[in-house]
Parts: sequence; C-alpha cells; structure tokens
Amino acid sequence: MQKKPYMNPYLAGCLLGTALLAAMYFSGRGLGASGGIKYAVVSAVGAISPQHAENSPYYSTYFKDKESPLKNWLVFEVMGVLLGGFISGAISGRLKLKVEHSPKISSKRRLFFAFLGGVFFVYGAQLARGCTSGAALSGMAVLSTAGFVTMVAIFGSAYMFAWFFRKIWI
Amino acid sequence: MGPLLTLSNSPLWANLLTAFLIGIVFGFALEQAGFSSSRKLAGMFYGYDATVIKVFFTAAIFALVGSLIMNYFGLLDLDLVYVNEYYIGASIVGGIIMGVGFIMGGFCPGTGICAVAIGKIDALVYIFGGFVGAFLFAESYPLLAEFASSSYKGPVKINEWMGLSPGVFAFILIIAAVAMFWFAEKAEQKFPRPDITNEV
Repeated sequence: MQKKPYMNPYLAGCLLGTALLAAMYFSGRGLGASGGIKYAVVSAVGAISPQHAENSPYYSTYFKDKESPLKNWLVFEVMGVLLGGFISGAISGRLKLKVEHSPKISSKRRLFFAFLGGVFFVYGAQLARGCTSGAALSGMAVLSTAGFVTMVAIFGSAYMFAWFFRKIWI
Repeated sequence: MGPLLTLSNSPLWANLLTAFLIGIVFGFALEQAGFSSSRKLAGMFYGYDATVIKVFFTAAIFALVGSLIMNYFGLLDLDLVYVNEYYIGASIVGGIIMGVGFIMGGFCPGTGICAVAIGKIDALVYIFGGFVGAFLFAESYPLLAEFASSSYKGPVKINEWMGLSPGVFAFILIIAAVAMFWFAEKAEQKFPRPDITNEV
C-alpha cells in the first residue's frame, strides 16, 4: 500500500485538541502518557516483590486502596493510544516493522540513544509530575503555571542540547 | 454540565471506557500528525520540520478556548477540571531532563507509544527505556523526595499570577502562537532538508 501524506498540522492539532477537550469535559482531567508507563512499572514491582512495594514510601502509596494500579484512567487511555495509532497507520499505509534512523548512523547507535532518551524522559517526567502530554499540553489548556513552565523547560533544554546530539539527526 | 462523569458519580468502568475511547482519538491524531516518526519530531530542533510546534500549540489553544467557551455557556465547570500543581524546582529540573531525553530519543512518551503502534522498533526500545526511567525514579525517590516537593505553589493559574482574565490571556497566547507559526513556516523554508523530510 502506498504511504499517504500526513494530515495538515493545524488540522491534526484541532483533532488532538478535541481529544484533550473531551477528557476535560467527560472526566475533568487532561491527557497523559508517562503516567501510563509509571503505573505499569508500579504494578510490575508490586507483582514481583510485594514486600518491596509495601516498604517503599513511593510504591506503597499506589497500593493503599487494594485496587490494582492498572485500573487507572491513564492506563486505559494509553491502550487507546496504541489502538488509535495502529488504526491511523493502517489506513495510511505506514505499518512497518523498522528501526528508523538517519543514514549517517547505524541502527545500533539509534537504538542506544532511543533507550537512553526513554530513561531520561520518563525520569524527568516523574519529577515534573507529567510529560509533554500530561504537564505541558494538558497543563497549558487549563492555564496552569506548571504546564507553561514545564513546556518552556522541555523545549528550551532540547534546543540547548540539540547541538551536542546533531550527529544522530542531521 | 461537565465534567459529566465527575458530576454524575459514574462508576469506574465508565471512566475507564471513556479513557480508552479518548486514547484512540489521541493516538490517531498523533500518528496522523506524523509524530510516529522520530526524525520528523527532531526536525523541530534543527529547523527542517516544525510540525511539533504547530500541532502542539494548535491543540493546546483549541482545548483552552473550547473549555472557556463551554464554561461561559454553563456547559463545563472549570473549577472541577484538574489543574496541575506547581512545584517550581521540580517542574524546571524535570523539564530540563525531559528535554535531554527528547533530543537523544527523538520521542516523548506519548509519541513513542504511538510509534510503537505502527511498528517502530526504535520506539519500542525508547519505551523500554521509559520503564527503566520510571523504575529508577521510584527507587531513587527517597533521595529526591525533599527536592521534588519543595517550592510548592499549589495549582496556580498563569493568568491569575499575571493578573489577567482567562480570556485576555488566551487572546495573548493566540497572538504569540500565530507569531510562532509564522517563524516555524519561515524556518522550514530556511533550513530545508528534503533528504530527510521526503523520507519520513
């Protein structure tokens, strides 16, 4: 199947804004992503070592009400993201198993930095209590100062460090 | 009057089903925008593709203005919509760490999950890294707890902090966004990389 072009960015922005507004209107909250990753880790730790989870000041807060941390708004939303992304990829002819990288670097190098990037991003997101979705995007839509500050910090930092990592992209 | 599920005391399953359906639209929008490609996302920081800023600000303003209009007509009680809590140090330092992660990994968590959905193996590795990051945070939390909860300001709204009404602030934000979109279009013309943009 021929790859279809991407949607006009402003139109895609309105569609994304619709999802965010729906979250606000139905559930009184914003979107998120890193939170879903956190709940998966918390529940895995709880399953593998219940004692460790109980003794830790961090994990224990998630097991207080005896309900599984996976029965969570963000966990279900993230499952929806997987399905929505898949549907979009399917109708646009973009489903393909591959390591996407600049021809100037090896796929091993790409995977190494992808891994490291994931570690950093989600670590930072836990500290800031949200990532680009939960803190920056959703935060800005409700005019939260935290949202604007986090957004400026993420983009500002990425521009500051862009020069050091230019060889993996351009 | 919204938030519908909060006000009607709906059962958990109704909220989780809503979350799943909203997630589908969220993931669909991200993929259609091209955010399943790290090389497209990274273009934001090298000038050759500024889709990120266009989609991001359009979405934030769409939801902001939409929610203000719904509030004005009594359709949505904004006092019941969650406002992120502001911890100055944690927001800034967390944001800086995320920026480094962004430029190394080429994704943020949401776009990474969306890219996994269409088969990007680099995104799968990125999300695996994300699991490790969340685990490391949880394990190092006792050391960080003090900093993470310091300089707490509460759920401060930026317009109140600036002494502006939500409508006036939204108007200023729209003007700023239009100016950024203009720069974004210029940047794409100034730093074109057809070798990359034609491929992604």
